[in-house]
Amino acid sequence: MTSEDDPSKGEVMGRTLAEKVWSDHVVRRAAGEPDLLYIDLHLVHEVTSPQAFDGLRATGRPVRRPDLTLATEDHNVPTLNILAPIADPISKAQVDALRRNCAEFGVPVYSLGHEEQGIVHVVGPQLGLTQPGMTVVCGDSHTSTHGAFGALAFGIGTSEVEHVLATQTLPLKPFKTMAITVDGELPAGVTAKDVILAVIARIGTGGGQGYVLEYRGSAIRGLSMEGRMTLCNMSIEAGARAGMVAPDETTFDYLRGRPHAPTGADWDEAVAYWRTLPTDADATFDAEVVLDASTLSPFVTWGTNPGQGLPLSASVPSPDDAVDEVDRVAIERALEYMDLTPGMPLREVSIDTVFVGSCTNGRIEDLRAVAGILEGRRVSDSVRMLIVPGSVRVKQAAEAEGLDRVFIEAGAEWREAGCSMCLAMNPDKLAPGERSASTSNRNFEGRQGPGGRTHLVSPAVAAATAVTGHLSSPADLSPVATA
Amino acid sequence: MEKFVVHSGTAVPLRRSNVDTDQIIPAEYLKRITRHGFEDGLFSAWRKDPDFVLNRPEFEGASILIAGPDFGTGSSREHAVWALQDYGFAVVLSSRFADIFRGNSGKGGLLTAQVDQDVIEALWAAVESDPSLEVTVDLDRREVRAGDIVAVFDVDDYVRWRLMEGLDDIGITLQYAGEIDAFEAARPSWKPTTTPVT
Ligand code: SF4
Repeated sequence: MTSEDDPSKGEVMGRTLAEKVWSDHVVRRAAGEPDLLYIDLHLVHEVTSPQAFDGLRATGRPVRRPDLTLATEDHNVPTLNILAPIADPISKAQVDALRRNCAEFGVPVYSLGHEEQGIVHVVGPQLGLTQPGMTVVCGDSHTSTHGAFGALAFGIGTSEVEHVLATQTLPLKPFKTMAITVDGELPAGVTAKDVILAVIARIGTGGGQGYVLEYRGSAIRGLSMEGRMTLCNMSIEAGARAGMVAPDETTFDYLRGRPHAPTGADWDEAVAYWRTLPTDADATFDAEVVLDASTLSPFVTWGTNPGQGLPLSASVPSPDDAVDEVDRVAIERALEYMDLTPGMPLREVSIDTVFVGSCTNGRIEDLRAVAGILEGRRVSDSVRMLIVPGSVRVKQAAEAEGLDRVFIEAGAEWREAGCSMCLAMNPDKLAPGERSASTSNRNFEGRQGPGGRTHLVSPAVAAATAVTGHLSSPADLSPVATA
Repeated sequence: MEKFVVHSGTAVPLRRSNVDTDQIIPAEYLKRITRHGFEDGLFSAWRKDPDFVLNRPEFEGASILIAGPDFGTGSSREHAVWALQDYGFAVVLSSRFADIFRGNSGKGGLLTAQVDQDVIEALWAAVESDPSLEVTVDLDRREVRAGDIVAVFDVDDYVRWRLMEGLDDIGITLQYAGEIDAFEAARPSWKPTTTPVT
């Protein structure tokens, strides 16, 4: 990622978006050492931060830039009765520790009950804190979400959290770059979630290892910021360090007027800089994957990793379809855990729980898509549907638009903001053997509760599935009768 | 971090190979919110056995762990290093360490000194016959000495330098505070801060 500074290169080579952001943040570069990169924004949540703060305390070090650090409570928090004391003692201890640490070190924190509380990767963008060309880190793998703005954003471990708190920098080894080009027009009903599930199914859960992915092409340009966040969010499920989309008018329109976005002359200066960031025409990537948007369709996972996905119109695969022995064992094991029979059409898979939410699909656009399908329809009697906004602001916006009434009238549960059933660290869990259609990002064994089975889907597929009780797309639904 | 040049102490023979981080510290301890105090979790399943080597009075107070090959495999949890240090270990000797564990050890200030398996066997025999035997780990000379055993060990040059200077990653970076200040001074003023805007 350092070609422009490499004196051995005679001519100035074009640079990728990721390379530009990287080189604009190098604090120190020395032979034989990793580059020391400046971090513009450090997001913090209750699960991965307590030891980092404890480490600072033990060494008597302060937080260097509390004003570039922001904490929110999300992973452990209940989504009902949020102002009552948290019942689970471990969750309570983590949340209490975060509050104490933030108070002691002067870090702003949005706690339960605050209007800005929510999932860390929903809160940063909606406040306008995530901006193009920034470096963003968080002790959380889905920090890749922020790459949707053309930021270099990635998850870090607990000792790195401590390092950033103390120094606002991180020593980093360079990444490789991979272009994921999706050209053409997405067919009606195909969303960013379907694109990313198709990408992961194509390159595999390890396919992005060591790379920063840049999503490009006309289909990507056509996505909203919410869609781009969904896409970048799941880059980590392809094993990538980060995912990015070049900033453009869609990005600027989203940011303009947000609480932490620049204003006046600062805005103009910022936009002028942001316009320099997109990958140069003559830049090269270390790898490239090309997808034709027009061939994509609603995608669902059938197995126990996000790469085990297929078009909804397909059938459950057989171990005989495996490309090699490792794959065969993986398919067998996944089918056994998921209790699925090879050859069964995916549309016939019955679902008992539908979860809409998470940092992948818990934003207002996702809720609008769900409401659009549920309006005038009923959630099947055999289905429990949980709709959890990604943040308090998303909840407020949904309620202002009356989406909550659509959800409740359809028979869904409308909850408070948090990670909820995405990882089941709070009371929202699948019971053993229960099967969900979930808009979250991980279908690992037990991710949504021990013994629970997860099918990853888009919000539109989640809503249609809630109505029919089996995996469905909106196109499968009969039209709503107009009175 | 304290400077590590030469360390002397008694040693514990851990005659097991493929000790993964789950065995070093089980997942249930990961729910804690502190950075210290993990000594009770160290090898907690094995320590339920009164005959386990760490429970034997003659090895009490040892600060050097002599482990079998492939020590520290499995999950990347940094707690494994913390637990070893909290228990009182300053050095682990093995003929082969798992990469992530070794990286985490370097960061945390635990010396992982790699020696040949025949050296491990000789050390095991020596400390088993005399648990009070003083073992010296000389980082400057990259040498382990115990009785008449003298053997060189392998350690990453960068990790060795850091340990001898007593610098953790953060300590190293803080030496460049001037460069960080300069970078900050040149940052555009429109870059956002998290200070609530009400
Ligand atoms: S919503 Fe899920 S993936 Fe996102 S931050 Fe929360 S737990 Fe992690």
